[in-house]
Amino acid sequence: MSANKKQFVYGKSLDNALLAVYDAYIFFIRFFREIFRGRMEFQEIVRQCYAIGNRSLLLISLTGFITGMVFTKQSRPSLSEFGATSWLPSLVAIAIVRALAPLVTALISAGKIGSSIGAELGSMRVTEQIDAMEVSAVNPFKFLVVTRVVACTIAIPVLMFYCSMVSLMGAFLNVTLNEGTSFIAFFENAFEQITFLDIWTSVAKAVAYGFTIGMVGSYQGYNASKGTEGVGKAANAAVVTSMFLIFVEEVIIVQVSNYFRI
Amino acid sequence: MEEDFKPGEPVIEVRDLYKSFGDLHVLQGVDLTVTKGENMVVLGRSGTGKSVLIKIMIGLLKQDRGDCLVLGKEVSKLDGNDLRDLRLKIGFSFQNSALYDSMTVRENLEFPLVRNIKDLTRAEINEQVESVLDAVGLLQTINQVPAELSGGQRKRIGIARTLILKPEVMLYDEPTAGLDPITCLEINELINEVKEKYQTTSIIITHDLTCARETGDRIAMLLDGKFLKTGTFEEVFDTDEERIKSFYDYNFIQ
Repeated sequence: MSANKKQFVYGKSLDNALLAVYDAYIFFIRFFREIFRGRMEFQEIVRQCYAIGNRSLLLISLTGFITGMVFTKQSRPSLSEFGATSWLPSLVAIAIVRALAPLVTALISAGKIGSSIGAELGSMRVTEQIDAMEVSAVNPFKFLVVTRVVACTIAIPVLMFYCSMVSLMGAFLNVTLNEGTSFIAFFENAFEQITFLDIWTSVAKAVAYGFTIGMVGSYQGYNASKGTEGVGKAANAAVVTSMFLIFVEEVIIVQVSNYFRI
Repeated sequence: MEEDFKPGEPVIEVRDLYKSFGDLHVLQGVDLTVTKGENMVVLGRSGTGKSVLIKIMIGLLKQDRGDCLVLGKEVSKLDGNDLRDLRLKIGFSFQNSALYDSMTVRENLEFPLVRNIKDLTRAEINEQVESVLDAVGLLQTINQVPAELSGGQRKRIGIARTLILKPEVMLYDEPTAGLDPITCLEINELINEVKEKYQTTSIIITHDLTCARETGDRIAMLLDGKFLKTGTFEEVFDTDEERIKSFYDYNFIQ
């Protein structure tokens, strides 16, 4: 779009940045137009959900478990100074449910799924597979983009719940090895302080992160420029942009949820 | 209302077509008419805008100026369902085949079929897939993935994928590029078989003179953004025009 422009309104960099924002806006609007148009590719959505889960499960299990265990270990000295180690399960549970599980899931997914969507669609763009869909009267946006964004929006909240459970198991392992707390006692204590607002906030975060990862990955891949270099750039931009937006959304959602908490 | 074209009637009409990419002026006033049932070869060196021309015909690119009518419709003015309906009647064979590499050959062929023709039974889908694969002589590859196929096989499957929707017009983008001479001859034969069996009107983009001679009823020579000469193979190359002669000499000496 900007390549043919010779006259710049605000200078080359700013003009290109504004055009990129406009392109992203058009892509975003197109998603909502296409999602309700024609038949939904349910089979492809299920396939993508499976692929997302399959790709991230091991990594999320490992990082979730280690996060729970390490966070518990790091929190113990501060609590033991006040003789409050019995609060450890609820403190860890609040931290995991409210912040750690959604963020860990989102960051792992941005790296694993976002880059994979960016590279896959980018590669399809440069090898003319997307053009091939278009000329055979199939809507590539509906088949490739809508399915991936919907799949991410569904699968990442599920992964986030799984990550919460695995992190709590990591925390439990640490607590039981140090304090000898039983499984039932740990989880009773852990869930005592968790409210519905905490759970809904986490779900809202995971939905927002999933949608962002799917959209950003698809946008970068779908608009990849020609050549293999474009595929690498698309994958890289998908990860970097998703991570930046995830932190921006984190701040916004926490502010909104705190408003309701008061 | 559907227009029914009779032999000799123009199916593709290009008038005074211009297309530029920035400062690069690719097409500069191109005129071309292709009649029903004709195989028209567009010859020219790499980068002269041959592929751009057929991409305009299928609506992947838009011209800057001029008219491009395919099956009586101005392509650049179509969108949504009208463009989709026109594309159903046009087959486009890509230079690098553009097979969906995550799908098997069967899935590649089923993909446009099940999404464009509703209420097909599994038996009907299988029958049509096997029929076009048989037509390109690659029924045995039905369960293979594109990575397991040779370059020539990929070209044939790409052509089969376009044939499954029974197009009226076929656009071939460099069908013999990157293939060995024997496979090139097989592809040339296939293009002629497709014309006979499916009664298609075709445009074949190439810089391969053997392909042009074997498949083209007429040949249009594209140079410097314009058609320099149009006619049969003999008419085009029986000339004193230096640029055409050098193109011929270079191709055959090579």
